[in-house]
Amino acid sequence: MPGSWIDGRALRKLRRDRMAMFSFFVIALYALIALLVRLHFFEAIGAYHDRPIVTEEQQVAYYTDPAAESWQHWLGTDRQGRSILVRAIYSINVAISVGLVTGIIAVTVGTIVGSMAGYFGGRVDDAVVWLYSTIESIPYLLLLLVLSYSAASVFGPGITTVYLAFGATFWVGPCRVIRGEVLKIRGEEYVQAARALGLSRRRILLRHIIPNVAHLVFVYFSLTFIGAIKSEVILSFLNLGVQNQPSWGVMIDQSRAELAIDFYWQIGAATAFMFVLVLAFNIFTDALQDAVDPTAVR
Amino acid sequence: MGAYVVRRLIQGVPILLGVTLITFLLLNVFGGDPVLARLGKSATHDDIAALQAEFGLDQSLPIQYLRYLREIASLDFGASFVTREPVMQLIALRVGPSLSITAPALFLTTLLSITLGMISAFHRGRLLDRGVVVGAVLGMSVSFLVYIVAGQYFVAFRGGLFEIYGYDSSLLGRWKYLYLPILIQVVVGVGYDVRFYRSVMVNEVSKQYVTTAFAKGLSSRQVMWKHMLRNAMIPIITRVMIAVPFLVTGSLLIEAFFGIPGLGQQMLSALNEQDYPVIKALTFLISSLFILANILTDVLYAWADPRVRLH
Repeated sequence: MPGSWIDGRALRKLRRDRMAMFSFFVIALYALIALLVRLHFFEAIGAYHDRPIVTEEQQVAYYTDPAAESWQHWLGTDRQGRSILVRAIYSINVAISVGLVTGIIAVTVGTIVGSMAGYFGGRVDDAVVWLYSTIESIPYLLLLLVLSYSAASVFGPGITTVYLAFGATFWVGPCRVIRGEVLKIRGEEYVQAARALGLSRRRILLRHIIPNVAHLVFVYFSLTFIGAIKSEVILSFLNLGVQNQPSWGVMIDQSRAELAIDFYWQIGAATAFMFVLVLAFNIFTDALQDAVDPTAVR
Repeated sequence: MGAYVVRRLIQGVPILLGVTLITFLLLNVFGGDPVLARLGKSATHDDIAALQAEFGLDQSLPIQYLRYLREIASLDFGASFVTREPVMQLIALRVGPSLSITAPALFLTTLLSITLGMISAFHRGRLLDRGVVVGAVLGMSVSFLVYIVAGQYFVAFRGGLFEIYGYDSSLLGRWKYLYLPILIQVVVGVGYDVRFYRSVMVNEVSKQYVTTAFAKGLSSRQVMWKHMLRNAMIPIITRVMIAVPFLVTGSLLIEAFFGIPGLGQQMLSALNEQDYPVIKALTFLISSLFILANILTDVLYAWADPRVRLH
């Protein structure tokens, strides 16, 4: 039991699931593209540039429908003449970054705080339960928005603000579940044995307790990732998200005006790119949950 | 039961205090300056001082916090920074439109999801069931924003089936503006709920009482709506009651897109305009509702399942 971060059997079950493996491949592909964006690959090949905003009359003239002339025109251009395909690809970077950072913050904080509360009990547990009950009783979107506004007034709007607001909101779910699980396993024989051997509490927590809730950690990481991507789109749409870089939320926001002149490509591209990633994540998370849960009914 | 409810209410007090502390920290300590936001850069010192005094922001932070607690105790959150109207009056005016969307939407979503979940569970593994599960996953993967933008454009603007934008505060006149918002809420909601109810029903359908009921010669409709529904009441109550406190807030995005003057829109504009009294009042009221709904959930458990004892 000690040291078993994830069950070998669960991993084999996951690997046999073709849909799950294909989804994982899709997620990895998105991550790779995000990395390329991060390394300025598209600037290097001259595909990405932010043009200055042109005047109102010129703007409409700049819309172009898809054309085969070069890959950058495959999905047309927006009113500033920027390639929609490149913008949709660029948005992957924001989505993956926000999902990854939020997932890491939420799961790390949730696991540490939750397992300490469950294991130590007493005052520590009371304090943690109080804190997450408090945060849970505030509507999630309201908390996220208030946090974003406050973080924006301290750090300025931008991706740091998004990370902070998301991290502070999303740690609650994993914390509650991991606390419950630790509460269940702290009386198990192998934990008692470790205690009887005189191991330090830190060692018991890190080597014996946390590895045995690791399956929940992975599931929650995945769930947080999806939640963060979807929320980022909404936040960006409300102008509280990333600034000066494309994001699917920003694209959907722009497309509202474009629909009136029958220009669908921007919203279509943003929706499709986001749909594929979130769908892959949903399928993968389902498979993961099934793989680690022996009682799962399908 | 009475003693149980009282004890739970008392347990809610520290949580509500926590909520006030968090909102106060986020707004009064880390939030921007609502006075400067109102007066702009060319304000004189006197103007600033006068407005600060009016908003009560000239006091020290502990005093400001105590004032906030006093406001809660008297349920009078003062006047809005923007319109100078009493906050409670502002909120009371806007609850109606929000509830007109969210309450029917929750009812329809739950009804539809439970029905689909049951049918799916009965046909587990077959084409119909697969279709429901795949449909739910596909539906969950589309952004809420896209449902709204696409719904408004294709159904209302192109299709001309519903009103695109607006609201009528009369009790009967409002519905023609609300059909589409409700429809969108239901479509999004069913995607999430149907999977939940399906797994609940899959658990029920393999139990012995279902076999017994069929053996007695009951129709599958009777088994579904009398026996299974009753036995699955605990998870259903849990799922529905979690949504209840948030009915009041309405849907922020839907209200903004369709121009419905509900609390969601109020919340968004209060955040944009740093209208602290409105945000504080809303946060407190919704959190209180959340705690009350939690207690009510447990009481309902005892009603639905006689084995549950409240103590």
